[in-house]
Amino acid sequence: MPALRDRLTVSVAAATGAFMVVQYFVNAAWSDGVYRTLLDWMQIIFAASLVVGVISVLRNHLSRAISKPQERWYSLILIVSALAMSLLGFAFGAGRGSSFLWAFDHLQAPMQSTVFSLLAFYIASAAFRGFRARSGESAILLAAAFIVLVARVPLGESLSGHASSAADWIVNVPALAAKRAMLIGIGLGMVATALKVIAGVERTYMGRR
Amino acid sequence: MAFTTSKPQVESEAIVNWELTITALLTLAIYSFLYGDNPFYRFAEHLLVGLSIGYSLVLTVGSIIMPKVVTPLAHGDFAALVPLLLGGAMFLRLSTRLGRWSQIPMALLIGAGAGASIPAMLQARVLKQMASTISGVGSVDGAIILMGVLATLTYFVFTREQTGLWGKSATVGRYFMMIFFGATFAYTVMSRVALLIGRLEFLLGDWLHTL
Repeated sequence: MPALRDRLTVSVAAATGAFMVVQYFVNAAWSDGVYRTLLDWMQIIFAASLVVGVISVLRNHLSRAISKPQERWYSLILIVSALAMSLLGFAFGAGRGSSFLWAFDHLQAPMQSTVFSLLAFYIASAAFRGFRARSGESAILLAAAFIVLVARVPLGESLSGHASSAADWIVNVPALAAKRAMLIGIGLGMVATALKVIAGVERTYMGRR
Repeated sequence: MAFTTSKPQVESEAIVNWELTITALLTLAIYSFLYGDNPFYRFAEHLLVGLSIGYSLVLTVGSIIMPKVVTPLAHGDFAALVPLLLGGAMFLRLSTRLGRWSQIPMALLIGAGAGASIPAMLQARVLKQMASTISGVGSVDGAIILMGVLATLTYFVFTREQTGLWGKSATVGRYFMMIFFGATFAYTVMSRVALLIGRLEFLLGDWLHTL
């Protein structure tokens, strides 16, 4: 049974993957219809996997609340807030003026932006400790970061009238060249990985190597 | 007239201050992590994770499951049963005995995603980037970009030893990448500092009215 199940799994991945590639070159209404249906199915499976993930998180925190007294209250806060937010959305709607949106605007969004802004302190601390021009490459990195940073604040313009155009040139010429090369590399790498998935060589999504 | 409008205004200000105080206290609870891990931070952290879970669940159900499964089924379109069954199979992952069967809908998700990404990636990440690089060669900046792209690409060729002219090209490619990393670092710093300024403006201006 496990062998049959694995063969079925690889066949599903190969068939759907091959169809998605071929349909790109087929100009027919039926092919477009199947393509859209598959995209819808993917979204539904993704949504189901998200619900599974939510259940798994809640289950883990429930067992943590039961077995670890020192973590109990934190896990309960997580469970209660997740259930309360879901209840607000499902029972009272998520439209303008709803309690769900109030919780998002006044609790979730400010906390999220605060968490991201915390990184400003750690970046400053890491830059202070790590930014040393020990080699030619690190000196180039330091210089590029310094010019772009200084040119984007009023201090840069007061130091030199060319600061802004120098920063623009760095971003639009050498940095863009490296970015393009990396995008090409990433694109080719993703295509190679996708081909391995379709051919059944890459099977890590099945939970083992 | 002035008397009738003044009372609701005071009530609304009180509500606004109450809302702002909750937001401000949660903001301060998260910033308390700068001092070290503490119960206030952990409270805010778990609250944020819980709210995010609830938010994504409501949005996912509202934007995917309702219009693509529930509504078609309610209108007698039983073709929606197929993805419903596939999505339902994902729940087998929660069982230790039947968990392996969830790899079939996962295979559809991964396989179809891989297939759809091949033309998209080739188009957007490879061909368009190559076309833009080659079309700008007429100018000095365009020539520098072409040189930078080729040099950086040589760095990523791991099947050939990086010695001689090839090695020199890879070194130049590394310099181009360092410039990119430096510029990206600068933009990351600016975006995080902008968020920090926003939070400080909220705390000192909107909440405490000291700005």
